[in-house]
Amino acid sequence: MTRLPRSSALWIGALVVIAMALLPFWVSAYILSVLTASYYFGVFAMAWDLLFGFAGEVNFGPTFLIGLGAYTAGIVDNQYGLPIVVCVALGALAAIAGGLLLALPALRLRGPYFGLVTLVAVLLLQNAIVIFAGVTGGEIGMTVPDVLSIDGNVNYWYALAFLVVCAIILFGLSRSAIGLILQASGQDAVEAQALGFNVTKHKIAAFCISAVFSGIAGAMLVFYEGAASVDTIIDIGIGVQVIIAAVLGGRRTILGGALGAVVLILASEALRPLGQLNTFVVSAVALAVILFFPDGLLGYALRAGERE
Amino acid sequence: MLGLQILIDGFAIGSLYGLGAVGFTLMFGVSGVLNLAHGGIMLVAALIGWLAAGDLGLGTYAGTLIGILAGLVSAFATYFVVVRPIQRSKAIPREETEIFVLTGTLLWGIMIQVGMAYLFTDNPVTMRPLIGGIVNILGVRTPYNEIMIAALCWIAIGLLWVLVNRTQAGKALLAASINPRGLTLLGFELSNIYLLVWTIYGILAGIAGVLLASFLGLSSANAGQLTASAFSIVVLGGLGSVSGSLVAAYVVGYLETITAYLVAPTLRPIPALILLVLVVYIRPQGLLGRR
Repeated sequence: MTRLPRSSALWIGALVVIAMALLPFWVSAYILSVLTASYYFGVFAMAWDLLFGFAGEVNFGPTFLIGLGAYTAGIVDNQYGLPIVVCVALGALAAIAGGLLLALPALRLRGPYFGLVTLVAVLLLQNAIVIFAGVTGGEIGMTVPDVLSIDGNVNYWYALAFLVVCAIILFGLSRSAIGLILQASGQDAVEAQALGFNVTKHKIAAFCISAVFSGIAGAMLVFYEGAASVDTIIDIGIGVQVIIAAVLGGRRTILGGALGAVVLILASEALRPLGQLNTFVVSAVALAVILFFPDGLLGYALRAGERE
Repeated sequence: MLGLQILIDGFAIGSLYGLGAVGFTLMFGVSGVLNLAHGGIMLVAALIGWLAAGDLGLGTYAGTLIGILAGLVSAFATYFVVVRPIQRSKAIPREETEIFVLTGTLLWGIMIQVGMAYLFTDNPVTMRPLIGGIVNILGVRTPYNEIMIAALCWIAIGLLWVLVNRTQAGKALLAASINPRGLTLLGFELSNIYLLVWTIYGILAGIAGVLLASFLGLSSANAGQLTASAFSIVVLGGLGSVSGSLVAAYVVGYLETITAYLVAPTLRPIPALILLVLVVYIRPQGLLGRR
């Protein structure tokens, strides 16, 4: 990579963030609402990338963690009317518990087996929500009494600030010693262990970190939309979208996840006139990216820079 | 009476599940590919078969054959458009091929599902039964079609057994699942073997799709569910183990039927999922898996 001096990379980042923060003065409320949702998706994708890209764990069920956070926060708000911050914190705790639950099999199982367990975790959560419809609203979904804000601009800024904070923390983590050790244990756990790193501890930490961010993002999404339903938060289709976003943006880049999510959601909004075929086109494009640019958008850009 | 009913229905469903899962597990054993577009391929077979039998007026039997052919064609499309380019790509690191095949076939399956929903809507379609009539087995009214489906499944599985164990090509297939490198050293072209396994897989998935449409009915919304159930049956039985898959198919078929009849139809998939998680925790190689 033609290494940009660290300070100029920082400047570019800051400029992009400022430009994004000023968007409410330029674009319509509709586009703004689409972007707001896509920022939360960006956090989902980044959290997934930490697990997959770095720890090497194929998590087919990102929505298990997201859904735990979202539904816990929503139910607590519905039943006890606690302040939003408390609800989100409880949602994050539930997600961590879920992350630990997933980390357990991940330490014993490999590849497709673990992937299947995560898939089953989503299906079980989905079924549990339908069975306990009295509290969760079942298949119809539930509404929460509190929302983050009724002002679209404020909601957008909340989402943006959240995305930026998550991006900084996750990116920093991935570039730190922890990120390196995770990458090492993802690629060759035995060798990493032989070098004296505690693989188990790091993997569990990766699951917890991924879970915290997924859970908080899920909970905030609920308070942004004022509602939660299985189809919009937990369905396997949503999890697939998160995975597509992360792969589209570029594995092992963290920031690529956010980029991929924004591109993916804007693209599917732009293609909405196609109706049913919308999903078809989006999947086809994602497939083409996987076949021809397996490093993803950001990965490809970085590679191109490297070659120059 | 109810017990016998469960016994009969569970057997038919288990046979269908088995047929669907056998091709899936064979493919994994031989070429290491987990095809997440599995449900999509069954769906294509069912919908095209239904179209040919009904609207095109070709009758049930011709429709069934055309449906199986459609399953075969879509299996080849999956191989040539998605799986082979990923396996041969130089940009994808070797150790990540597996996850790319998973993601690629997953996307491909979504494309098939959505494309089919666009062409055929997502109303469930039901093939006309292969044969009509009802027989009374010790007081349980059983459609001949149900017996016929179970029989057809076992004929297909039996033919597969003969093919794998008694023919030259089949033995090469078996050898490829044990040691692919050894096979290439003996002068076999591995890509021909992959082609053979995709052919077998396409036919089996096609038969399973058409028969499922004739037994329970099938809609494009089911594609993901079908993939998930084949995947879990195969893992339950042990990845790559054909006999394990058959045992697991009946275990899941009966568990689902028992739950549906005795507890509640809405809880139908849950016990099988819980069993799956338990088995994966306690015995990751599955019921009859090697390793």
